[in-house]
Amino acid sequence: MTEEVDTGRRHFLTVATVATGAVGAAFAAIPFLASWKPSARAKAMGAPVEVDVSKLEPGAMLKVEWRGKAIYVVNRTPQMLEGIKGHDERLRDPGSSESEQPAFAKNPARALKPEYLVVAGVCTHLGCAPLDKFAPGDVTVSADWPGGFFCPCHGSKFDLSGRVFKDVPAPTNLVVPPYRYLSDTRILIGAETGNG
Amino acid sequence: MMASTNQTARTDGGRIKALVGWIDDRFPLTKLWKEQVAEYYAPKNMNFWYYFGSLAMLVLVLQILTGIFLTMNYKPSAAEAFGSVEYIMRDVEWGWLIRYMHSTGASAFFIVVYLHMFRALLYGSYQKPRELLWIFGMLIYFALMAEGFFGYLLPWGNMSYWGAQVIVSLFGAIPYVGDSLTEWIRGDFYISDVTLNRFFALHVIAIPFALVFLVIAHLMALHEVGSNNPDGVEIKKVKGPDGIPLDGIAFHPYYTVKDMVGVGVFLILFCLVIFFAPTMGGYFLEHANFEPANALQTPPHIAPVWYYTPFYAILRSVPNKPLGAALMGVAVVLFVFLPWLDRSKVKSIRYRGPLSKFFITAFAISFLALGYLGMQPVTPTYTMAARVFATVYFAFFLLMPWYTSIDKTKPVPTRVTYHAH
Repeated sequence: MTEEVDTGRRHFLTVATVATGAVGAAFAAIPFLASWKPSARAKAMGAPVEVDVSKLEPGAMLKVEWRGKAIYVVNRTPQMLEGIKGHDERLRDPGSSESEQPAFAKNPARALKPEYLVVAGVCTHLGCAPLDKFAPGDVTVSADWPGGFFCPCHGSKFDLSGRVFKDVPAPTNLVVPPYRYLSDTRILIGAETGNG
Repeated sequence: MMASTNQTARTDGGRIKALVGWIDDRFPLTKLWKEQVAEYYAPKNMNFWYYFGSLAMLVLVLQILTGIFLTMNYKPSAAEAFGSVEYIMRDVEWGWLIRYMHSTGASAFFIVVYLHMFRALLYGSYQKPRELLWIFGMLIYFALMAEGFFGYLLPWGNMSYWGAQVIVSLFGAIPYVGDSLTEWIRGDFYISDVTLNRFFALHVIAIPFALVFLVIAHLMALHEVGSNNPDGVEIKKVKGPDGIPLDGIAFHPYYTVKDMVGVGVFLILFCLVIFFAPTMGGYFLEHANFEPANALQTPPHIAPVWYYTPFYAILRSVPNKPLGAALMGVAVVLFVFLPWLDRSKVKSIRYRGPLSKFFITAFAISFLALGYLGMQPVTPTYTMAARVFATVYFAFFLLMPWYTSIDKTKPVPTRVTYHAH
C-alpha cells in the first residue's frame, strides 16, 4: 500500500474516459445529422409524374414539375434532329460518357424516342433554368448557334439534345431524368419501371 | 431644507455603493468594468478607421433586436413566408420600419465589417501578437456570410429562391459526396419548405449564438493584447511609473465618447437609407425579390447581394465548376493566413515601402471591381476583366511573402505620432 497517486493510472483513466465520451457524443450526433435528410413525406412527394404529349406541337416545349424542378419535354422536328449532328467537336461530352442519364438515353438524341427530348431544366453549373433558344443563329446567343438551350445566369450553352458546349461553366450535359412511355403519348417521368 | 436634501443624496450614494459592494462580493462587476472599460488603455492616436469596430457591435445589436421583432410576425413556411413579409410591411404597426432596419442593417453590417477589415490590412493589425484576434475576426466574418445567406432565403422571393439554389449547388461540385451533400443541406430534392424552415432555424438561433460567442472571444483577445494603432507601435513597450502605457488613454470616457460621435454619423446615414432608399436601387433589396419564389422560372439575371459579389465574380470567371467553386472558397479563406503571409518587419502602411502600397491599392481596386462585375450579366469582356482582377486579388495574397520581405521600410518611431487638437 502506498499513499502516492498513481499518475500513470490517472492518465490512463482520463484518456479512456475522454475517448468513451467522444464515441458516445459521435453516436449521439447521428440522429441530429440524419434528421437533415429528406423526410418520408419529402420522399413521397418526389414520386413520378405523368405527362401527356399528344397536344405538344412539333418544335414546341412544355415544362412539367417533378421534385420541384422543371422537366423540359421538347417535340423535336426532323430539322431539329438534323441540327444536333455535325458539331460534336464543339461539345464537351458529345457521347454523354460523363453525364447523368438513364442507359437508354446515352445516344446523340439522348432520348428513348428521338422526337421527344426529356431533360431536366436545371443547368448543371449552378442550377438555373436554361432558356429555350431553338432558332439556329439566334443572335442573342451567337451567330454560329445551332439551336438549343442557353443559361442566362452564367452563359452556359447546350444543344438540342441538352449536350453542353465547350468553354462554358457547366461541366456536363443536362440531366435526363428516368422516364418511360405508358403509351405513345403518355410519359411517366421519375421512374423507368412501374406505373408510378 | 437644503441640508436635508444633501443628506438624502449622501445616503442614496452610500446605498448604491453598498449595493455594488454586495454584488462585487458575489460577481466581479467592478473588476470587469475596470479591466474591460475604465482601465483598458487604448492608443491615443486612433483615427476614424477605428470607429468601425464599435459600429459593427452597434449593428449586431440592432440586427438582433429588429430580428426578434420580425420573428413575431414572420412565418417560416413556403406557403406563408412571402405573404407574412408583405403583412409585416403593410399591416403590422411600424412593421415596415423594423423590416427596413433589418434589411438595411444587413448591408450596413457588411459595409462596416469590410472597412474594419481594411483598417486591419492598412495598419497590419493582424500581425504578431494579434493573430488569434484576427482569426476570431475572420470567423465572425464567415459566420456573418452564412447569416446573410440563410436570412436571404427567408422572404421567399424569387431571387431568394434562386440565390439559394445557386449557392447550395456549389456544394455539388465536391467530388463523390456532392450530390448527397446538397440533398442533405436542402432536406429535399429541391429548395423547398423544408429548406426554408431549417434556414430559419439557423438564421435566428444557431448562427446568432455563434456570432455573439465569437464577438466575445474577439473582444477578449483584443483586450488581452491591446489595440493596434495607425503607427503600428506597441504602446505597452513604453510605460509610465504607474505601469500605464504613456501613449494610452482610458477607453472610458475617451473612446466611449469618441465612438458616440461615430454612432451619430452612422445613424444619420443609416436613417437616410431606411427612409429614402430602402432598396438602394436594387442593391440592398433586389428587385426580383418582390415576386414570390417560383421553382420553374429563374430570374433573367441572377446576382447575389452586393456583399458577396467579389467572390461570385471569381466563381463565374472560371470555366470549370469544381475549380471555380474551389477558387471562390480560397479567395474567402486566404484572409485567415495574412499573419503568416506578411513578412514585413513593420505593421503600418505608414512605414512600409512602395511595393506594399502598390499591392494594397491594387487589391482594393480589384476587390471593388470584382464586386461590380459580380453584379453584371455575363459577357465575354466582363468575364475577361473578372479574370484579370481575380489574378490581381490572388497576387496580393500569394506574392505577399515576397514583396513584404524585399520592400524598403522606414524606421518606426518608439512613440506614436500624435498632434493635440
